[in-house]
Amino acid sequence: MFDFDSYHQARSLDEAIALLAQNPRAVPLAGGTDILVRLHQGHPDYRHLVDIHDVPELHGVTRDRKGTIWIGSGTTFSEIMEDPLVTGHIPVLAQGAGSVGGPQVRNMATVGGNLCNGAPSADSAGPLLVLNARVVLQGPKGERELPLEEFYQGPGKVDRQPAEIMTGLRIAGDDYRCWSAHYTKYAMREAMDIATIGCTAAVKLEGRQVAGLRLAFTVAGPTPLRCRSTEAKARGMAANAQLLDMINDSVLNDLRPRDSWRAAKAFREQIIRTLAVRVLGQALKSCDIHVEKDS
Amino acid sequence: MTTQKISLTINGKPATCEVDVRQSLLDLLREQGYTSVKEGCGVGECGACTVLVDGKAMDACLCLAVRAAGRHIRTTEGESENGQLSAVQQAYLDTGAVQCGFCTPGLIMTSTAFVEKHAGRGKVSRETIRREHAGNLCRCTGYEGLVRAVEQCLEAKAEPVQPADACACNLPKADRQKD
Repeated sequence: MFDFDSYHQARSLDEAIALLAQNPRAVPLAGGTDILVRLHQGHPDYRHLVDIHDVPELHGVTRDRKGTIWIGSGTTFSEIMEDPLVTGHIPVLAQGAGSVGGPQVRNMATVGGNLCNGAPSADSAGPLLVLNARVVLQGPKGERELPLEEFYQGPGKVDRQPAEIMTGLRIAGDDYRCWSAHYTKYAMREAMDIATIGCTAAVKLEGRQVAGLRLAFTVAGPTPLRCRSTEAKARGMAANAQLLDMINDSVLNDLRPRDSWRAAKAFREQIIRTLAVRVLGQALKSCDIHVEKDS
Repeated sequence: MTTQKISLTINGKPATCEVDVRQSLLDLLREQGYTSVKEGCGVGECGACTVLVDGKAMDACLCLAVRAAGRHIRTTEGESENGQLSAVQQAYLDTGAVQCGFCTPGLIMTSTAFVEKHAGRGKVSRETIRREHAGNLCRCTGYEGLVRAVEQCLEAKAEPVQPADACACNLPKADRQKD
């Protein structure tokens, strides 16, 4: 038996927003794989629930004629992994989704919950950051949209106002067409674990030159982060061993890993540099370019 | 706290239950007599409470009972028919994948969903089998019997190990030490 004080099931998005507006202490409940675990542990902040699990407007992946992909916040990780639009156009997100927990968790957990949880370790965050995903929210004052990078405000903190619901994510065609991306989750276990470091690299080539690089890390700072200065340096460089050397030397300038019970700072720095090179190498391999660092 | 009346199907049988909205599906199923569904951890880590909800494996401890409304739930109690074990249940016995048995019902439901999804769709690697069972923990067997049980179900033509030949070490007969 879970110990909560109020529970309402929303059957539509409007009803969900109205229910949240009525009770400022209420939080939306989607898959339940985070909130119900916290309730099991006696956490005081989730005692008022608005169940949005069955709200139809939040489900599914679609693509419009301009190529913009929409991912409903209530879509489960299993659904994301198997959706042909995801595997066909943005497979890096399927990689992230596939690394979450285990099969049962993936059948229940949603991408919206993964992000709104605000954890800096979210496995969907890195892929969505390199896809320049925009978060769409709806509340009593209407709809608003912002880049995922700005949605994250601090550890466990996101820009969702009390009566707002994240309805989904929007990814523009130009942000995935001709980009090759890869995600690697470094964790202590092969499954059912939180990332120690998550690394996502996306690269766009013109011939053998880097037209664009996007590099994102989780658990390397208070929020998931893009490595902006490293990305800027990479533009125009040839896709060869020197590029990987530059990445190795530059990446830590963009990140703020710390000591924690999960891993010491020096260890994180080692993993970050190693993964940056390795994951970019994987992304380049998908463009048929095989590079290795000299040292 | 409020209660809600829900209608659902459990192992093919329609059921109507008055549930407290705070109950988990695990609570509800055990209350209804389906005690094969075990509470191992209560936080979705061990998979002992795995049931199928509309064909998908889920941890019943993290499902609210009210969400089962209108859904078809399957537990191991419903997998055998007229005393005849399902292919997955029989395979678990054939390969010695059961020791204490506590994790077994949850594992069988995960395997059942896996086999239903992958049967007839070409070769499945051992790595895939292991990855797709990662949400179920077993402290007794070391998982080798489980992997062979799933392989056995997928390879319809595989010769099943006769119970008399099976021994606790789970090695194929040819590899066992001569006594």
